[in-house]
Amino acid sequence: MNTLRLAFVFLRLGALNELQYRANFFVAAFQALLSVGVGIVVLLLVYSHTTSLNGWSESELLVVLGVQLLLGGIVTTAIQPNMQQLTDDVQQGKLDFLLTKPEDAQMLVSLRVVQIWQSVDVLSGAIVVAVGAARVGAGLGVVQALAFVGLLLLGAFLLYCFWLILATGSFWIIDMWFLANLWDGVFQTGRWPIGIYPGWLRYSMTYLIPIGFAVTVPAQALTGRLQWSTVGLAVGFAVVLGAFTRWFWRFGLRRYAGASA
Amino acid sequence: MSATGAAAGRLERREGRVRSLADYYATTMRTTIQRNFQYRAATYGYTIGMVAEPTIYLVVWSTIARGEGGSIGGLDPGHFAAYYIVWTLVRIMNITFTPYGWEWRIREGQLSGWLLKPIHPIHYDIAWFAGQKLPWLVMYVPIGVGLSLAFHPVFHTSPLSVVVFLVAIWGAYLVRSIGLWLLGMCTFWTTRGSAIFETYLLAELLLSGRLLPLQLMPHWSQTLAAVLPFKWTFYFPIEALIGGYSTGTLLRGLGFQLLWIAAGALTVKVFWRVSVRHYSAVGN
Repeated sequence: MNTLRLAFVFLRLGALNELQYRANFFVAAFQALLSVGVGIVVLLLVYSHTTSLNGWSESELLVVLGVQLLLGGIVTTAIQPNMQQLTDDVQQGKLDFLLTKPEDAQMLVSLRVVQIWQSVDVLSGAIVVAVGAARVGAGLGVVQALAFVGLLLLGAFLLYCFWLILATGSFWIIDMWFLANLWDGVFQTGRWPIGIYPGWLRYSMTYLIPIGFAVTVPAQALTGRLQWSTVGLAVGFAVVLGAFTRWFWRFGLRRYAGASA
Repeated sequence: MSATGAAAGRLERREGRVRSLADYYATTMRTTIQRNFQYRAATYGYTIGMVAEPTIYLVVWSTIARGEGGSIGGLDPGHFAAYYIVWTLVRIMNITFTPYGWEWRIREGQLSGWLLKPIHPIHYDIAWFAGQKLPWLVMYVPIGVGLSLAFHPVFHTSPLSVVVFLVAIWGAYLVRSIGLWLLGMCTFWTTRGSAIFETYLLAELLLSGRLLPLQLMPHWSQTLAAVLPFKWTFYFPIEALIGGYSTGTLLRGLGFQLLWIAAGALTVKVFWRVSVRHYSAVGN
């Protein structure tokens, strides 16, 4: 309950802060449009040379694209800014301020920054998902829709864990300027169904970098490809990854020695 | 002083300037190389992020080629593998200072210090990013070997194409650096340079061979690409190495790169004078 209250306070603060810079909304909207445009142009190019990519039709891939954009929006709104703030704080020795507060440090480092304008990507991703799902016409029921929403939230949690593990690396690797670039590159892999990648890459992208679980599995729920065994595996993996992330964060935190503050 | 003496003096001063500039480039590049080798993990993280993009394209287009009976537009998975593995090398070479950096530079007032220096700031940006190439290339070697083992590229390379490639990757670097410098200068007028940059990236994706070999792009894209500088930063150096170009095409390609570099440098010179007058800063 306390977590929710804090999350709401940070969200409100973030919103108030960003509302001062309203022009940023138009920039974010323009960039979201460009992202959707690029994704659609690439899809059109791909399907100008084929009718099926490893068994996936154009409309089904539109759903995958939408899920990837939507999750990307969640990451840039609420996950990435917090993690980059964390790495900056570790580098500059400012994390002390946060550690002295009477709340769980992991919770605080994960909630304190919200960039609300970036949530335009969530909206544009949701529209692309809706268009794709309507074109697929797989006869969606309540169960599939609920499974999609649940798996999407699970995907966001997996991406959060991945980001926190990376950002915790800053306790060892002080200069983490490459994080955004690494993320941008790696997350692009989610724009395509995990099944098209060769085995070694598929496993890496499922268990090392959980993009397969985060993007492809929710898309499967809307395209009639979901198997309940996959859902069970995704939930089990999320539990294990969540526990590991918590352990790794605490392990990393023990190495922290404030440099200034 | 006689006319001959004055001419000799001018020549000496010009030689002195060239020597100083060469020394400046060498020192800046040395500094960057040392810095990057110091932060090896960060350099590796960056390289991995960069390799993801061509690997995706490679997997997607190879999958399509296999699904369509082994090739599309005459290109088979071996050609795609060669194309995108060399792509990565070219990408490492053409990374440069972007309008994101310009946005930061103008917003934070970082440019003020540069304006006091007796050297044009473009030299620092070109030298700094040129220095980064060596550590990135060293870090890339094991990744390139791994990709080659996994995807089996097919090359039709000749000694001449290797030589042209080695020149063309620096040409690509300069064409892209100057182009993005010009774009970056828009931040003298607007602090939303990132939106302009992302539009540029979309054009680059479609017109440079970054997304896929240009011969597989729609006709309109190939027509536009022929008259714009983008293809000289990706497609030309890649195709120069993987083979198939005649000697004439290779040399003509280098000529076009030189032309775009000269045109870009001239535009930077003029545009810089105009745009720097718009600069005002708080801070440094």
